[in-house]
Amino acid sequence: MGFFDRIFGKKASADSAKERLQLVLIHDRTDLTPAELDSLRDDLIATISRHVAIDAKAVQIDVEHDGRSQRLVADIPLKAARRKSRKTK
Amino acid sequence: MPAKVITLTSGKGGVGKTTATANLAVALAAEKSKVVCIDGDIGLRNLDVILGLENRIVYDLVDVVEGRCRLKQAMIRDKKLPDLYLIPAAQTRDKNAVSASDMIRVAKELRSDFDFVLIDSPAGIERGFRNAIAAADRVLVVTNPEVSAVRDADRVIGILESEEKGPASLILNRLNPTLVKSKDMLSPEDVLDLLAVELIGIVPEDENVVIASNRGAPVAYDAKSRAGQAFRNIAKRLKGETVPFLDLDAQGSLWDRIQRLAGRK
Repeated sequence: MGFFDRIFGKKASADSAKERLQLVLIHDRTDLTPAELDSLRDDLIATISRHVAIDAKAVQIDVEHDGRSQRLVADIPLKAARRKSRKTK
Repeated sequence: MPAKVITLTSGKGGVGKTTATANLAVALAAEKSKVVCIDGDIGLRNLDVILGLENRIVYDLVDVVEGRCRLKQAMIRDKKLPDLYLIPAAQTRDKNAVSASDMIRVAKELRSDFDFVLIDSPAGIERGFRNAIAAADRVLVVTNPEVSAVRDADRVIGILESEEKGPASLILNRLNPTLVKSKDMLSPEDVLDLLAVELIGIVPEDENVVIASNRGAPVAYDAKSRAGQAFRNIAKRLKGETVPFLDLDAQGSLWDRIQRLAGRK
């Protein structure tokens, strides 16, 4: 990596290689494309919404890896339940 | 003790499988082990030229499998090391001339006479690769610190796991310490982090490898060359010895070396 690249804040090529490989390997290992992951996300939101109110926009689904095993991690924030206001006497 | 059967594979071509096989064979034989290496790349043989034995071929692996000769007749003894043999691949046939059970049968016959049977796999994940891993007790995956080679290595490691041939060990070949230092090449740590496998050796890029191939005398004959030393270390690890990994900075500037000698680095 050249002097000027560093001055202008360009990312080291080895770092780009590692980041790109991390994403590619997740998809290679799970056979799950980004598009399929999106459709899985929509299905999950639809299913869970039938039981409990969730904040659909904030739902996050990621594939994480631990050694060579992959894990699907979902973060699904629940909406505060709208309680019926009790009458007070 | 019966031989250990070790297959070298990579997924991607051109990462140095054949060179690594030839060098490990030489390094093991130089350490007094009895070694036979089998060229598993039917139709595209090369282990013979890398070992400098191309002029001595009479029979090959396909001749053995199809019963035209006995196994001993296809074994070519090395010019310098009397305990090193090569079983060459056929050049005018294709992968279908050999089956997985043929490989298992040949390896079984060799086990009693040798300490190590090394099998050089062809590139790819098709039949030739399947044949090459069929008889393996252990598989070494060769890769380079480059995106395409690492990606293909990951694919192969996954297949080896599902075929219950894992866990694989990794040879990181052609590492350029200067490029790693300037962050223009994936470091050994990066590659191990991505692939999550055990490392068995790092081989630095070394022009002596090209010179050795030109001459047909693998670089491992020269224990002083950097690559030769790396291959000798891998051979020792295969025999169960604990050897520290090469200090990749040893190629650094004179000032670096002086500082290291002075214990300041």
